[in-house]
Amino acid sequence: MGHTEHIHTTEIAKPNTAGIWRVFWILLGITALEFIVALAIPDSVISHGWKVVLYILMTVVKAAYIIGEFMHLSHEVKFLLYAIILPMSFIVWLLGAMIWESGSVYDSHESVKKKTEKAKGK
Amino acid sequence: MAHVSTADHKQGIDWNGGNQPFKASWGKLMMWFFLVSDAFTFSGLLITYGFIRYSHNAYLGTAEAFKFSLDYWPLPDKVFEAVPFAPHGFHAPLVFVGIMTFILIMSSVTMVLAVEAGHRKDRKDVEKWMLWTILGGATFLGSQAWEWAHFIHGTDKGTIDAVTGTVINGANLIRNEYGPTPFANLFFFITGFHGFHVFSGVVINILIFYNVSIGMYDRPNRKLDEGAEQYEMVEKVGLYWHFVDLVWVFVFTAFYLI
Repeated sequence: MGHTEHIHTTEIAKPNTAGIWRVFWILLGITALEFIVALAIPDSVISHGWKVVLYILMTVVKAAYIIGEFMHLSHEVKFLLYAIILPMSFIVWLLGAMIWESGSVYDSHESVKKKTEKAKGK
Repeated sequence: MAHVSTADHKQGIDWNGGNQPFKASWGKLMMWFFLVSDAFTFSGLLITYGFIRYSHNAYLGTAEAFKFSLDYWPLPDKVFEAVPFAPHGFHAPLVFVGIMTFILIMSSVTMVLAVEAGHRKDRKDVEKWMLWTILGGATFLGSQAWEWAHFIHGTDKGTIDAVTGTVINGANLIRNEYGPTPFANLFFFITGFHGFHVFSGVVINILIFYNVSIGMYDRPNRKLDEGAEQYEMVEKVGLYWHFVDLVWVFVFTAFYLI
């Protein structure tokens, strides 16, 4: 047993981690950029709406690097990649639908509030 | 059995099993599909956040004049601006949550280094990187405990409830000084659910670290799934750990930035 382990240890390859650290720096850089947009740039330069668009774009890029490189999905069989990614398109639809609906909920709250205020005024 | 099906495969019979259209072992594939279902759960929570937030009043004034009120959703960089060991009343918007994000990304890197060492069957390296990952996860959990304690305890001044005239300090599930009730509820549920995932991840990492240290994955006669590597358990728990990091990326954007 000791003999086989000895052979085993001599066979160990050198670590190949340059790609991993490259992804780390990209993730760190994007996170730093998110903080700069949130704290250093006033809303008068980039409006809040555009900031939200930037945050979502940066989040998607970060997610793509984590899933593709760290979780190795972009190096898997294409069929596996789509089996994981495609179901997520339903989420995008649901998010859009719910944000849209929440606007209607807000509007109906507001109109009910106005009606009760009017009734009280009378 | 594997022998027979390989022979069948060579003859072009694909329906007798023994071939892998996804070129991934059974266990790894199931981990992926579990993560898809878990992603649906977290998406449900985050979509709920979006829905409730945009059905409430937004704050329309300038950031400088911002004050907590129960009438509108608070600005996140005004809520989360405390850091541990700093003097009382010290404002450092989003700094602490930035440190937490860095810790989690870093622990994801050490996890992927452990997986890489596993491919090379380098037990010492796998042990080293898994220990760093466990340490990173535990540090994140500690930071979150501090963040929760601070959030629950609240500021000295508190916020006056305009309806009852009482002062609200801190936060619970019924009311909070930062804004409408669902703001604190969603904070507790979403960061709590994520924190529980981190906790499970740390526990599973410790189990796999133990298995690595006793040399379980080096045993030459160990039975493996078809297509699996010796150290594939490290890879599977790594997938889970990266997923936890991935969820934090989205929680961070939804809760602290937007």
